[in-house]
Amino acid sequence: MDVVEFFRENCSTGGVTMQFEKKLERQTLLLRLKGDLDLRTADSLRVAIDTEIDKRGVRTVILNLQDVQFIDSSGLGVLLGRYKKLLPLGGKLKITNVPTHIFKIMELSGLPKIINFYPDETLASEEGRGA
Amino acid sequence: MKSNQLTLKFTSLAENVSIARMLIASVAAQLDLSLNDIEELKVVVSEAVSNAIIHGYHNEPGHIVHLTLDIDPEALKITVKDNGCGIPDIEQALQPAYSTDPERMGLGFVFMQSFMDDLQVESVVNNGTTVTMVKFLDRTKPSSH
Repeated sequence: MDVVEFFRENCSTGGVTMQFEKKLERQTLLLRLKGDLDLRTADSLRVAIDTEIDKRGVRTVILNLQDVQFIDSSGLGVLLGRYKKLLPLGGKLKITNVPTHIFKIMELSGLPKIINFYPDETLASEEGRGA
Repeated sequence: MKSNQLTLKFTSLAENVSIARMLIASVAAQLDLSLNDIEELKVVVSEAVSNAIIHGYHNEPGHIVHLTLDIDPEALKITVKDNGCGIPDIEQALQPAYSTDPERMGLGFVFMQSFMDDLQVESVVNNGTTVTMVKFLDRTKPSSH
């Protein structure tokens, strides 16, 4: 699995980083996110996902949020935006391993009503394959 | 508990949103608040500061955002102030799902209203916006929850 860091630790300001591990298999992109998903990191995540959709024909995006420590409406907006982008392409956004405190924020936003959530990556990968 | 006040003044950079969250988390940790309350306070500060940067200053760096925390035995008051473009219609901005940006969910004020006991928004077009949020610390006080 490729490990890509798209925000480096910034010790001088104590800035929080967002890192991800990326795995691309046929038309499926798996991202394991780590850090805070907020105004600072949202745009880079959006670009990272959209590049794979636009240039590599990815149609299923699985986001593992196990190591996401914080999310606000900037982060939620990126998730909703990717769902909206994939929908007309016949694609899917799947979210797995959501920590309880992150899920509470998502629940208030109504996101779980429209985006599919899974306990783990395996279940997310299997769904839709007829498994 | 002694009354206390802290003010953080910072430029309108996205990097500073996480620093604002660190401040509220540090202050909240000294109060008798649950981990859930602390998480919610981090969200409301993140939303208010992000709004100031994105909407108040249209993501332009170099402007100033003020975050003030007033703590007394009864309440924690959070004030976020910008001198940006202001909100022409506050009532509309407070509506759920209202956003001027299709990539955003328009949930900032929803979170602020849900997680805090009081929310006041004062704004003058071309002169800035002040968002004031209160969380009562004395559990006998009225609560919106």
